Amino acid sequence: MRLLALALHRLAWFAPTLLGLLVVTFVISRIIPADPVALVAGETATPVQVEALRRELGYDRPLPVQFVDYVVRLVRGDMGTSLFTRRPIVEDLRHRLPATIELTVVAMVVSVLAGIPLGVLSALWRNSLLDHALRVVTVSGLAIASFWLGIMLQLLFAMRLGWTPLNGRLQGFPPRSLTGFYLVDACLTWDWATFGTALLHLALPAATLAFPALATLVRFTRAGVLDVMQSNFVLYERAMGLPRPLIVWKYILRSALTSTVTQIGLLFGILLAGAVVTEAVFDWPGIGTYAVNSILRSDYNAVMGFTVWAGAIFIVVNLLVDVAHTLVDPRERTT
Amino acid sequence: MSAVWFVVTRLTRDRSALIGLVLIALLVLSAALAPVLATHPDDVFELHPSERLAAPSGAHWLGTDRMGADVYSRLLFGARITILIGIIAVGASLAIGVPIGLVAGYHHGWLSDLLMRVSDIFLAVPQVVLAIAIAQTLGPSLPNVILALSVTYWPWFARVVYAETRALQKEIFVESTAALGASPWRLTVLHVLPNIASPIIVRASIGMGFTILTAAALGFLGLGPPPPTPEWGRTIAESREFLPDAWWYATAPGLAIFLTVMGFNLLGDGLRDVLDPRLRRSRTARDG
Repeated sequence: MRLLALALHRLAWFAPTLLGLLVVTFVISRIIPADPVALVAGETATPVQVEALRRELGYDRPLPVQFVDYVVRLVRGDMGTSLFTRRPIVEDLRHRLPATIELTVVAMVVSVLAGIPLGVLSALWRNSLLDHALRVVTVSGLAIASFWLGIMLQLLFAMRLGWTPLNGRLQGFPPRSLTGFYLVDACLTWDWATFGTALLHLALPAATLAFPALATLVRFTRAGVLDVMQSNFVLYERAMGLPRPLIVWKYILRSALTSTVTQIGLLFGILLAGAVVTEAVFDWPGIGTYAVNSILRSDYNAVMGFTVWAGAIFIVVNLLVDVAHTLVDPRERTT
Repeated sequence: MSAVWFVVTRLTRDRSALIGLVLIALLVLSAALAPVLATHPDDVFELHPSERLAAPSGAHWLGTDRMGADVYSRLLFGARITILIGIIAVGASLAIGVPIGLVAGYHHGWLSDLLMRVSDIFLAVPQVVLAIAIAQTLGPSLPNVILALSVTYWPWFARVVYAETRALQKEIFVESTAALGASPWRLTVLHVLPNIASPIIVRASIGMGFTILTAAALGFLGLGPPPPTPEWGRTIAESREFLPDAWWYATAPGLAIFLTVMGFNLLGDGLRDVLDPRLRRSRTARDG
């Protein structure tokens, strides 16, 4: 019951935060610009067209009325039409979301599988050669511009060595669409050739996206393990003469990794944000590339639609992380 | 003054903080002395079509770009833009975030809740996403990039200041100053603020790195200052169509961003170690 109450408490935060996001995007798109309609209409529209569009969109009404209308439309899933694709923006985004999620999840799996063990080793073998080498990696991971890292990987592995494709998600026909995730679809349809190609296409963008996340995870895990190693209960266990492997594997790791779980959830959000730039570099057909192309084409509605979507996804992920954290960490339950 | 001296000497003893300081010093030097250090100082605005995309050589240390301009010289002038963006955006975020954090931390009630909920909303969305929306709305230019970054970064300072102010309120010296009849204004600005300077400074250093990285990403996406401004992110975007042949064109500005951001991150980490209240308390206990 207590858990349910906690989950409900988090949910109660969700609605105001989402509404807050809508206020922010409303202010950005309707109040900051000198003439929001001119932005929506694009650079080629004539003054007459702009005026017609203003009445059509209801931008001539008072701002509070416009805001209510804005929220109602968004709740119904209406973000307007893209100037370029001439399709509803929601359709465009929904169509492209699986590509982004596939890339983000693969990057997250890579960073978690590599980052946590490396962080633990780095803490256990403190000041060893590995620890120093990993410190260089973590410092670089947080300082490197991901778009530049992507370009350098392309230069080396795709252009010079020719080991991986340069960009895109797949050459040739995609697997029969069941989920929209190529890796999953290829598995389900037993199409291993496509699975391999899709994986090869994923290698560079996923590595680009995973690198900063990996750096964060190594750093965080290392600090967490070191922290626990110095805690009183570990001192007690050592004093009691428990064997070191038992202390490390059973007590230290369990305690240190619960806090890492929160970090993983937060990483997913950070990775989604990083995907915008990474996708642009690799022409990955996700919502990030959509946003960047919309910027280049001055497709204003599409950019704002992307902002609302990305913001909403981010908030939902944070909510799930909060709830998951309450479930995983026993300390959260008792307090 | 002795406190500053203490921090500086401690920083120079820490190897990574020292590397950070050196990198930042190099950045500042390149920006300040750009006209002197540049081998082709006029290349920021001049075209030399005959020399375009030349490989690194004695005449052009880092090669030339698509306009035939010297990459090294443009890099130096780009450092000015980077510093400008970083300092103004972080300064503005400080100017917005610190007072909001102080007020929210000191004040208990609806105002505090409102201020922190507003900053939570900004923190709930990735900075680059909101910055893209703002920069796109205002149009690509240097002031607009700075504005977009400031509007999206201040909540980090508000958070830190809020948490620290709340923690300090439990301290006896704050309680006794309040009991002596100090006004809220006097209490927060003269007594609370100096005591939370350390986390603010640490955050500002890391914020410089973060802001410069986001600014480069905006430049790369075409939302930064328009050409011919030698902004590093835009230069990387321009260089892409000349790969893999003109590798120097894309490599140099990326390395510049990397070293700059690393400098601020290392300095931030070093400052955190030096300014850690626990370390300082043990020192004063020993000294006095």
